Amino acid sequence: MRDFSYSVDGDGIATIAWNVPGRSMNVMSWAGFAEIDALVRKGFADDAVRGIVITSAKEHFAGGMDLKILARMMAASDRAGRAKSFKEMSGVHGILRRIELAGRKGKDDVGKPVVAALNGTTMGIGYELALACHHIVCADRKDAQIGLPEIKVGLFPGAGGTVRLVRRLGLEAAIPFLFKGITPAPRKALAAGLVDQLAEPEKLVAAAKEWILNADEGATFKPWDQAGFRLPGGEPYSRKGFQTFAGAIAAINGATQGVYPAARAMMSAIYEGLQVPFEAAIRIETRWFAGMMTNPSPSSMIRTNFVHRLELRRGARRPRKVPATEIDRMGVIGAGMMGSGIALVAAQAGIEVELRDQTLELARKGRQAIEEILDSEISRNKLTPGKKGEILSRVSCGSGYAGLDSCTLVVEAVTEHPGLKAEVFKQLGECVGDDVVIASNTSSLEISSLAKSVPCPDRFVGTHFFSPVHRMALVEIVRGSSTSDQAIAVAFDFAQRIRKIPIIVNDCRYFYANRCIVPYLREGMRMIGEGVSPALIENSARQIGMPVGPLQLLDEVSIELAVHLANVTRKLQGEGYVADDADKVLFRMYELGRLGAKSGAGFYEYGDRNVRTGIWPGLGKEFKLREGQPPPQQVRDRLLLIQVVAAVKAFEDGILEDVREGDVAAVFGWGFAPWSGGPFQWIDGKGAAEVCKLCDRLSAEHGDSYSSPKLLADYAESGRRFHDKL
Amino acid sequence: MDAYIYDAVRPPRGRGRPDGGLHEVTAVRLSADIIDAIIERNGVKPDTIADVIWGNVTQIGEQGGCIARSAALLSSLPDSVAGLTINRFCASGLEAANLAANQINGGHGAGYVAGGVEMMSRVPMGSDGAALVVDPSLAMNSCFVPQGISADLIATLCGFGREDCDRFAAESQRRAARAWKERRFERSIQPVHDRIGMLLLDRDEMLRPETTAESLAALEPSFRDIGTSLPGFDKVALIKYPHLEKVDHVHHAGNSSGIVDGAAAVLIGSRDFGTANGLEPRAKFLATAKCGTDPTIMLTGTVPASRMALDQAGMSIEDIDLFEVNEAFASVPLHFMTELGATHERLNVNGGAIAMGHPLGATGAMLLGTALDELARSDRETALVTLCVAGGMGATAIIERT
Repeated sequence: MRDFSYSVDGDGIATIAWNVPGRSMNVMSWAGFAEIDALVRKGFADDAVRGIVITSAKEHFAGGMDLKILARMMAASDRAGRAKSFKEMSGVHGILRRIELAGRKGKDDVGKPVVAALNGTTMGIGYELALACHHIVCADRKDAQIGLPEIKVGLFPGAGGTVRLVRRLGLEAAIPFLFKGITPAPRKALAAGLVDQLAEPEKLVAAAKEWILNADEGATFKPWDQAGFRLPGGEPYSRKGFQTFAGAIAAINGATQGVYPAARAMMSAIYEGLQVPFEAAIRIETRWFAGMMTNPSPSSMIRTNFVHRLELRRGARRPRKVPATEIDRMGVIGAGMMGSGIALVAAQAGIEVELRDQTLELARKGRQAIEEILDSEISRNKLTPGKKGEILSRVSCGSGYAGLDSCTLVVEAVTEHPGLKAEVFKQLGECVGDDVVIASNTSSLEISSLAKSVPCPDRFVGTHFFSPVHRMALVEIVRGSSTSDQAIAVAFDFAQRIRKIPIIVNDCRYFYANRCIVPYLREGMRMIGEGVSPALIENSARQIGMPVGPLQLLDEVSIELAVHLANVTRKLQGEGYVADDADKVLFRMYELGRLGAKSGAGFYEYGDRNVRTGIWPGLGKEFKLREGQPPPQQVRDRLLLIQVVAAVKAFEDGILEDVREGDVAAVFGWGFAPWSGGPFQWIDGKGAAEVCKLCDRLSAEHGDSYSSPKLLADYAESGRRFHDKL
Repeated sequence: MDAYIYDAVRPPRGRGRPDGGLHEVTAVRLSADIIDAIIERNGVKPDTIADVIWGNVTQIGEQGGCIARSAALLSSLPDSVAGLTINRFCASGLEAANLAANQINGGHGAGYVAGGVEMMSRVPMGSDGAALVVDPSLAMNSCFVPQGISADLIATLCGFGREDCDRFAAESQRRAARAWKERRFERSIQPVHDRIGMLLLDRDEMLRPETTAESLAALEPSFRDIGTSLPGFDKVALIKYPHLEKVDHVHHAGNSSGIVDGAAAVLIGSRDFGTANGLEPRAKFLATAKCGTDPTIMLTGTVPASRMALDQAGMSIEDIDLFEVNEAFASVPLHFMTELGATHERLNVNGGAIAMGHPLGATGAMLLGTALDELARSDRETALVTLCVAGGMGATAIIERT
């Protein structure tokens, strides 16, 4: 046996311990299934054994299914492939069901109880295994999570997880765990009914054994294997269940806006399964699951959310030759929203931060802002007052540049004025040595041009954070023309330390993310100018899976900033600049003084405390609505494609060097249609040729911004993909 | 062969609650009684009846298992008259009549008792289940929302405000009260008695003649909570109607149809049927139509179905003297008037379901009877009867006084 060990104690209790060699976390493979099946059978067959405990010899119980198994199933997209997946999953079901039936083959057989003793985090198939057991004891530790996160990668539990959890909890109670993928810590899992008992970690197996010693025959029958079982909350066609199902369907439909096929498939599997006996329900779940595996969404989501994100996080793109830098002390120049945000996340990661601004008072204001964020975390029970004190104590305030010499890294986060920034770099350069890396948090200025004011341009790098810094996962590390690998590596190590996702991009105006987001915002305004209904724009954005419509996002980033950026673009392009509908709308809004959320008026109206109350009704009067509104599909295509084209261009221009970064940044940076796995995955899923056709259609009607980049046309021509198959 | 209406009979509508006037009567008994009434008062020879076609929506319990056959057996009709139950939700009663008329058109059978029953106090609406509502493969793709949300969606799209709907509802109450006062329903109403001959109900029980638009203004919208908070049906509706920012919730108990118990029967036959029974026809069927629409907005089918019927009859909207548009919700007839240009003066002249209630499977046949009586009373020629239907359907009949 490789993955599991087996031992029997003096009380006749067999313990099966999971310990996959060479892995920090247990994952289930076909070999693993065969092993655990053989061991469970051994226990059932041995007259000296009265019960079985399944636990793990690692820090945690299980991370889920081996990705290779999933990848193989996903690759098998024809009918034969689906049938094979069905057969394989049916085999898994047979193993779990044998456990669940306590080894009984006939009616008169005596069953042996099987207890899952979850010593730590238990995800996916690990928890599905536990669900098949007769009792689930869980170690009472705060750093563990229990549940079924499959939906987060566009899948759903396919080894009986939906069948058993819904029968255990009822549909309503099961929804957060199945449809949101919430994986609570053990105490919450107990309260929710995901587990049956908590035990002190060191007494976990003992508690499991004790339960077996006290278990009677009845304990080895699942409620759903007993006569007269009623589903908690009612079956779909009971009076109460009918309401519950209608409501659940609506809630899930509304939340997913129809773009997450896994949510629909899972709901169907549950509904259809509840009208037939247990075994048939399992087959139904397996069928829906095998079908879902061949949808492009889950494999794209797995790659981006999981495989590629981890590869990037572990430094797949970090300059290899540069040794790791321990950053213990850093400086932040500029204590505004961005600067204080950077100081906050750094202090949270244990870094001593020198927060500087023109005056001590301004710097203190920044620290005040940090304190407010920490207080709100305390009020949401995310932080203890003690921790807050610790974090704050790491932030020292000051003015000027003295004392920054001992920092490994200094991040500049002053206002976006080239002159001001140049002054900062000049003075800073005079105060710190050549070994200090200087980073600029500019969002719209080119790093190479800022580098001219820095005494050692090779030690200068862009670190583009997003607002609010403590919530946004992405950091763009920008390589200017003189930036050294050393500087890139320090910026990378810093991003890693503060648990952000770093992507390394080359220098250009807007870098990567804003190169994609700005066109999305402008497209929203352009459509307003064309007379498209604002609600149609915003709803369509949500229907492609964007978290926020372009108009709302404009209000949030502020119309003032958008105007400023547009003016810079104008200046840069000079004579060649052609104002379009987007400019017309943008400058009119500015003229009207509707400057966005902070000013309490923008594309939306705002009530007390700047809470959004609805689209500004005056918008329809200011920009006359078109007689015939465009079909919603067209609006959706425009809002998605405008970002995709920008992403491909960034890759074509070499700003983006790795499409993994392009996808991960899109999904985790600005919430680009998460179901798609990012713009490049989206193209692969649809096929470059198909996307080119869409480009042609939209550019014919809406102009060059939709023209297919040459690179995309090449991919279409050759049938190439941006990513290899899983 | 032309199909004619010879008579229409209905019991008064009882409040759809345990204290309602008809609550203690079984669905089968009420059906059989009303079938017997129309046969007896017209002296119909039972062997001239080809079938009983009975509309019913909630076909479970006592209304399950083909209530038409049960009712035919319980009635005085001979065993040889079969019984067919049909379900087109709210238009079932009208579809029963249309189906009978079209059977006659096609030369199959000379005489029919058509109609329907719905004992909403006894068999709750929705208790028969529906894949439409809870099968995710269907409900999620089609964006199912409850009817009240659909009605509010119509109001939002057409710009009908709360006041428009309340004004319409108050007028329905006023007209219904006037109709009862002037005994305009008298010819069709068949009082209901219990088995020892004591009167149970002799007039529509729901009416609130004191209703005004102002008194309605105080009522809370019924569908706001399920629309905007839990489970949030508005979001589902907006998937289909993304150019709307939100749904205006304007409907409430006072401007929506009431839940009632009721039944109705229509006697339909060919010319020969009349001759055989010594009866003169009261009206002739000019056209019938049915159609499907988007299931999310659900209740707009009256318009396309009526357009189809008008086309079929070679008529325009001006050729119709009277309209009966079922008042499932105030926005339904308002939408019909807006779309087709029918005037309120000619529409639901004796009130409708907002005032008197809507016994689902029976209402269509009931409206046919109401139109028939009003054509005679007001000495007019043509009437169009139409109902919006759950699941996104519509049905219409056009009749002409003979």
